[in-house]
Amino acid sequence: MSFQILLNIFLAFLLMFLTSNYSPSGFVIGYLLGLLSIVALRRFFKTRLYIGRVWSVILLIFLFIKELILANISVLILVLRPKLQMQPAFFKYDTELKEDWEITLLSSLITLTPGTVVVHVSDDNKSLFIHVIDSNDINETIDSIKNSFEKAILEVSRS
Amino acid sequence: MTILANTLVIFFISVGLLFIVVTVIGLVRLPDLYSRSHAASKSSTLGVMCILLGVFFHFWLNENHFNPGILLGVVFLFITGPVGAHIMSRSSYIAGVKPWSGTVRDDLKEEFKGKLKNKKI
Repeated sequence: MSFQILLNIFLAFLLMFLTSNYSPSGFVIGYLLGLLSIVALRRFFKTRLYIGRVWSVILLIFLFIKELILANISVLILVLRPKLQMQPAFFKYDTELKEDWEITLLSSLITLTPGTVVVHVSDDNKSLFIHVIDSNDINETIDSIKNSFEKAILEVSRS
Repeated sequence: MTILANTLVIFFISVGLLFIVVTVIGLVRLPDLYSRSHAASKSSTLGVMCILLGVFFHFWLNENHFNPGILLGVVFLFITGPVGAHIMSRSSYIAGVKPWSGTVRDDLKEEFKGKLKNKKI
């Protein structure tokens, strides 16, 4: 992926030297033309195009912001309700992610989702221990949310 | 234009204040450390972020002063807020803080059984 970005910047400089137009707009035009040629030659790269990965990172950022706002609304409802109705629990969640940065990202995403805080990551990086604030109705929805998170992170890290 | 800018600023700062008030009420009302960490991690992160965004928009739109340091502060809070909550609840579980009596399931007890014995806490 970084090789493709470097190649794209190199192509942009190549076009700047060819047209002797040393301005930011010249760089942008060269970058876009280089991007076109990289897309045209995508069969010769072993990994996938970096544009797809950039797009999935952007999707992940929007997911993060949406979950943060939803989590805050649920905490607001929980705290301001006149009678506290909650059944806290610690439960174990097995993850498929392997790399350290993926697990860090997943646990901070889970911490920002409604009603969950990651308390402990097991030593073999295979399971997360999550404190959930209301266990009776949220367990299944949380599993589905986390499947969508895991899917988004796997989408970023897929080669 | 000024009215629009002021509306934006007032919206962000009042939402931030609302969430910080919710954080404080949650810290007082919730029963144990682990459920307090929910309120502390989520609402305070979003509250301080909203106030910083309001300040950023005020200086950018009304005073014509673009200050990227505030945006860096927002990103920094976004990254460090959940990690802080994680570290505090984990270290207090290891130190032996008991969860609230209404806690239904506790998978962590099995995980830490050996370790807590080794450390003799």
